[in-house]
Amino acid sequence: MQDSGISILFKGINFQRLLGGLGITLRIALITIGLSILLGTIFGLMMLSKRKPFRFFCRFWLEIVRFMPQLVLLYLVYFGCARLFGWDLDGETSAVIVFTFWGTAEMGDLIRGALTSIPVHQQESAAALGLTQGQIYRHVLIPQTIRRLLPQAINLSTRIIKTTALVKMINVAEVLKVGQQIIGQFYRSPDAAFWVYLTIFLLYFIICWPISSLAGWLEKRWA
Amino acid sequence: MDWTFILEHVPDYLGGAWVTLRFGLYGVGCSMAVGLLCCLFRFFRVPVLRVIARVYVELSRNTPLLVQLFFLYAGLPRVGVKLSAEACAVIGLTFLGGGYMAEAFRSGLDSVEKAQKEAGECLGLKGSQVIRYVLLPQAAATAAPALFANVIFLIKETSMFSVLAMMDLMNVADTLRTGGGRTIEVLFMLVVAYLVILLPVSAAATLVERRLRYAGFGH
Amino acid sequence: MDTLLRVNHIAKSFDGAGVLRDVSLEIREGQVVVIIGPSGCGKSTLLRCINGLEKIDSGEIWLRNEKISGLTKDLHLVRQKIGMVFQSYDLFPHMKVMDNLLLGPVRALGRSREETEQAAMAMLERVGLKDKAAVYPRTLSGGQKQRVALVRAMLMQPELLLLDEITAALDPEMVSEVLNVVIDLARDGMTMAIVTHEMRFAEAVADRVIFLEDGLVVEEDTPEQFFHDPQTERAKQFLQSFSYASKKQR
Repeated sequence: MQDSGISILFKGINFQRLLGGLGITLRIALITIGLSILLGTIFGLMMLSKRKPFRFFCRFWLEIVRFMPQLVLLYLVYFGCARLFGWDLDGETSAVIVFTFWGTAEMGDLIRGALTSIPVHQQESAAALGLTQGQIYRHVLIPQTIRRLLPQAINLSTRIIKTTALVKMINVAEVLKVGQQIIGQFYRSPDAAFWVYLTIFLLYFIICWPISSLAGWLEKRWA
Repeated sequence: MDWTFILEHVPDYLGGAWVTLRFGLYGVGCSMAVGLLCCLFRFFRVPVLRVIARVYVELSRNTPLLVQLFFLYAGLPRVGVKLSAEACAVIGLTFLGGGYMAEAFRSGLDSVEKAQKEAGECLGLKGSQVIRYVLLPQAAATAAPALFANVIFLIKETSMFSVLAMMDLMNVADTLRTGGGRTIEVLFMLVVAYLVILLPVSAAATLVERRLRYAGFGH
Repeated sequence: MDTLLRVNHIAKSFDGAGVLRDVSLEIREGQVVVIIGPSGCGKSTLLRCINGLEKIDSGEIWLRNEKISGLTKDLHLVRQKIGMVFQSYDLFPHMKVMDNLLLGPVRALGRSREETEQAAMAMLERVGLKDKAAVYPRTLSGGQKQRVALVRAMLMQPELLLLDEITAALDPEMVSEVLNVVIDLARDGMTMAIVTHEMRFAEAVADRVIFLEDGLVVEEDTPEQFFHDPQTERAKQFLQSFSYASKKQR
């Protein structure tokens, strides 16, 4: 019996399985985003340190992590660390490690950029008005930093979500893999593959588009 | 570090790198063309095409390349559209890249003053001439950094080609790794190979960017 | 002299506000018409309607025997016959001066490069900028840029030249170097429509003065009549606001 492709999606719990796979991807992404924000803030402040060699090292690290394709970094950790150090890292953990390194570096750069883009004379005029350092931070620097930072940080989050699709390549049971399993199960259906992959495509879009639109809207509002 | 192994397999890596670079550059070139077209449709408010362009840009920027490739390579054949691995690679990369390039061009064009367009038109130049001689050179200079960041981004994304049946760098590495151990050497060469591809591209990008800035602003 | 430009009862509004309400005028070949009026009266809009940068809501504009208003395509052909120079000069910053000058004639009119280059050098010499042909616009002063802009428009050999407050953005010292070029062009018989605030210049160069207020032509005279014995109350009031500028130096 031939099942038409699109009906497969509604058979049984297939759709839930897809969502389950997506959930794993999102879990990795959310952990990464959370860690990146925390560590990224620290890294960003480090990048602004007064000591030149320190700054240089941070910059160097940033460029290296950014330069390599994420998939290569993923392979390095997943396969390489197992060999080098005998660690037995599962796919998810490797992914979180790699993406957090990358996310921290990017977030740090964003924070550095946001902090340095506030004109110095804003601080000076605030001080001239008689505000304490604490007040200057609270009312002048931090609100402006957040305004410059937030849209780009949200865009970075979207990029992280998209990048987590890579974990397919290191055998994590994420949405593409689940999709393949479903297609394999219903091998008799001629066009299952088309509908399943189209659905996955749209699922990613439904998740990422609102977020990036939000970032765009914030950017316009706070321009 | 087993250097004989490394030397033995340099040709394989070179072959893989060549595949990656070649199709990557095709994808980059097509992306720029697609991106420029989309941008022009929106700039000149061409009725139906401008909406399609907008939808396309949003779709391409909010979905991962991997998913796009799966759809092209494994999904489309089931409805009768069979594409070769190479075609999928280029089409997928173009689909993704076009959206990013469109945005870069858009910010470049927006940065050129409206008065320049009017000055060109008042001189009696046709629309296409105004774009070609007045707007694009100035827009390109502003858009250049973003355009080249996109080029490098797209070349990095070519690592996804490994899901297609073509011997790109990642597949070469994979084959060697699963074939006979020596994981460390395989991965080391993989990193070196990507550096060899990306560093010159990055350097070339900086050079061209500087040249375009000169043309756009005369310095 | 033939009538070169005829503007018939045109109206133009932006967002419901009527900027031009009912304007008609005629320019004969070789004439210089100066358009004067308070800010917001529609002077610039009038010029922009003539060469199609703005679409008129009603009325017609004729260039000789050709209707040039309401065109949707081939506007560039009309603009090859009508030149315009703006307050903000708008030279192309990414091209050297000579390339700025060559772009129109070579690309739009299809003339030969060598021929145009010769003509361009001759004109540059005439306006005193012979040695600036190979530099970028950003190295020029405002007055120099405006003179280049005038040469650029003239090299297209237009039938009509529109000048929109071309000295408004210049430092006072540079105003006369630009206006002298315009007077020179007028003497050569160039047909021009000039919007300006420079009253002494207007008086010196105009064949006719048109006073525009609130989108309507309030008065139209010879310069002698307008500046010394205006017919309407509003023209009188307007001129009084320039009381120190309209006094002639003898």
